[in-house]
Parts: sequence; C-alpha cells; structure tokens
Amino acid sequence: MSGNMNLTLKVWRQKNGGSKGELVTYPVSDISPDMSFLEMFDVLNDQLVTEGKEPIAFDHDCREGICGMCSMHINGHAHGPKDQVTTCQLHMRSFKDGDTIVVEPWRAAAFPVVKDLVVDRSSFDRIIAKGGFISVNTGNAKDANNLPIPKVDADKAFEAAACIGCGACVATCKNSSAMLFVSAKVAQLSLLPQGKAEASQRVLNMVAQMDEEGFGSCTNTGACEVECPKGISIQNIAIMNKEYLKASVVSEQEAQ
Amino acid sequence: MSNKEFLTSSLAKKFVMAATGLFLISFLVVHVSINSLIFLNDGGETFNVAAGFMAHNIIIRIMEIGLFVGLLMHIYQAWILTQENKKARPVQYAVQNETASKWYSRSMGILGSLLLIFLAVHLYNFWYPTKVAVAAGTEHNTYNELKEVFTGELWFVFVPVYILGVVSLGYHLLHGFPSAFQSLGFNHKKYTPLINAIGTGFSIIVPLIFALMPLAFLLGILD
Repeated sequence: MSGNMNLTLKVWRQKNGGSKGELVTYPVSDISPDMSFLEMFDVLNDQLVTEGKEPIAFDHDCREGICGMCSMHINGHAHGPKDQVTTCQLHMRSFKDGDTIVVEPWRAAAFPVVKDLVVDRSSFDRIIAKGGFISVNTGNAKDANNLPIPKVDADKAFEAAACIGCGACVATCKNSSAMLFVSAKVAQLSLLPQGKAEASQRVLNMVAQMDEEGFGSCTNTGACEVECPKGISIQNIAIMNKEYLKASVVSEQEAQ
Repeated sequence: MSNKEFLTSSLAKKFVMAATGLFLISFLVVHVSINSLIFLNDGGETFNVAAGFMAHNIIIRIMEIGLFVGLLMHIYQAWILTQENKKARPVQYAVQNETASKWYSRSMGILGSLLLIFLAVHLYNFWYPTKVAVAAGTEHNTYNELKEVFTGELWFVFVPVYILGVVSLGYHLLHGFPSAFQSLGFNHKKYTPLINAIGTGFSIIVPLIFALMPLAFLLGILD
C-alpha cells in the first residue's frame, strides 16, 4: 500500500526512563491516506531499520480499538484529532499532504516513559486490583430474570464498561487525573446489583490507590470526556463522588 | 469518623472546595442583595440601615468569622490541590491542544488569585473603616464612603480594579457554580441542565450588579 502523502513527523525519542528525551524530526513519503496512523509508523520504522537506525518503540496490540494499548498524543490530542477513535483507528486521511505531526507519549508522573512513546500504565492495573471487580462466587449462570435491573441503570453501566483503560483521560487532563478511568469502573459496578455488596469498600480502596499512584485531582474541566475514545461521560465521576461520600459518611467501611 | 482518608484523599479535598465554594456563593447572595439597595436612589438611607445592621448585629458578627474561615479553607485547599496537580505532570507536552475545555475552567487558580487581590483592596476600602468606626462607636456612613471611593480622586485606580475584580468573579463562578455540584456527586439528567442554567445566570447577573455600582456613581446616576 503506497500513496502520495508526504509528511513531517516530530516524534518523542527517549532511550529509557532515566534518560532525557527529545523530539526528533523524520520526513515520511508515499503515505497512503487509507493507512492507519500505526501503519504509517510501521512504514517509518521499516525505513529506520533499513537505514540502520533504532526503530521507534510504540505500544499497540489489537489495532481495532478495543485493547487500549495504542497511546499516542498527536498534535496535542490524545489519540489524535478525531473524536471517539483510538490511534489505531485514526487514518491518514484525517491529515493533509505536507502536514507536520507532533507525536508524544502520555505525560503523567503515574505513567512513566519506558521508551520513546511507550509508557508504563501498570498504575491502572494496581487500581483495578484494589476493587475493580466483584468477588462473589456466582456458580452457574443465573436466570437473567432473577436479577431485575432497570434499563436506565443497565445502559449507564454498559456505557461505563466500554472503558478500555487506554489512559487518554489522564493524558488529556491538565492535572493528569485518573478520575474518569476510576469512576467508570466504580460507577459501572455500583449501578448493578452484583456490584452493590462491595460498593463502599471498592470506592474507598480504589480512590486510595489512585491517590497513592500520584495522579492529580479532578478540576471538572470536562476535557477527559471530550478526548475519551469510548465517550465515557463525566457523569461517572459524579457517581463516584457520591459513592465515596456515601462510603465515608454513611457506611462503616474503611479503606484497606 | 474513623476513616482518615475521608479527610486527606483527593476527593475529600474536592468536597471541601465545593462546600466552601457554595458557602461563599450564599454570601454573595446576601452581599449583592444589600448592595442593590443603593439603586433605590434615596441618598443611601435604606442602604445605610442594612449596612448598619450587618456591621452591628451579633449573629452577623459570628457568621462573619465563619465566612473568613470558609474563605481561608477555600484558598488553602486550592493551594494544596494546585501543588499536587502540578506534581502529577512533571514533563509538559510540546504541543497541547486546549479546545477540549474552557479557558476559565483551566484558570481557576489565576482567577482566584485576581479575586484575592481585589478582595484585599475591597476590604481596605470598606471593611476596615467600618471595623474602626464600630470599635470606636462612631457614626459611619457607608454610602458616602462608596461615593468617595468611586468618585474621589483615586477613582481611576479603584473603578478599574473593581470592574476587573467582578469580571474575574464572573468567570470564577461560571466554572465554580456547576462544578461544586459535580464535585459533591450531583449530576442528574433532569436537574443538571437547570443547575448549569442557574449557574450561568448567577455568574452574569451578580457580577453585573456589582459592576453597576461604581459605574452608577461615576456616571452620576446616583447622588
């Protein structure tokens, strides 16, 4: 696949977590508008390998917008200029021939750079491990009608569950806050009967871990929901705030 | 309360910001209502009665202490949060697109600092002389004082400071009013659009009434 787009890329290169990085300029030519952004990077890396240079390290896995691995901050936008797509779903037709594109890794103290555009997002895993699940032994699947769930709640929980944990919210937030990510899981489980039993414990523990990881706090600018590739709403953050208030004031549960 | 995270967590700090913010908003309602009395244009007679009540009533005096405590908590918590938030992003982006949020939502610290400077001038102009007069037991005409500040020889300093102060207040409220409800966990499909509308109206009307006072004196509409 080749095309006729010529672009100038400015990509963040950083040898490892301890070293100082910088933006390096790479011209790329014959790019097809039908390529995805990552395929364009594959072309560039091929070119670098042929020239005997170190290829650019970047995260990717499924390349169909569900794994949440691709994490590029493109021209000042998490996952690039288009709404509700991940970097792998962004196509070169979203750019113009001759464009200069600046590509940086997510910037957050809780997401340290591993190499080039790859950041360590295990802080998200540690938050989920603190309660982003239900520990009820369910046995065989119950008949669905045994657990009536109002349609409104089911829809809200489903929308929150669409979070792929890519970290675009943290990357976008001026405070590098993880509130949208954490609240999506808290809200999803607090809305469903299966999640209610552990709701207080969950929100206290997950928030405590979120703070420990060094994420900032929420200023309600709403930028996260604009850049979220899955359209997670900040209404989830309000649900988490309410759950936290309830867990702290009403319940006797303590963070563990 | 046995849960100490409730006092130290990031969410708890936001609860303090929201609760003190709403408390300060309630103060604005009282302040703007009393100020509006000058527009009766009765030479400040009614206004001075209300101002006198606010300066002498014991319950108001006690509430004033609460007001200062609330204000200091709001400032202190904002300072702590700002420091923590700065630490959360040690390396900045080379390119950051800002279209995803409003400038005033990102500038609450700057707007708040401008408000604080304005507040220092404002307390020096009105609050301090009132305290001195109350302590000395002398008669104090707040209306004349207003006139002196806004039409006296330093009007070209004070009027712009007051206008800038209330414009900062307007933008601070435009974000702060709805944001307080969100922080306290209140985001509801039925009521949030109403809260946002009231917030926008409040953020325009209240600063506008405040701004009209110095302008009305300066333009000679009030005597």
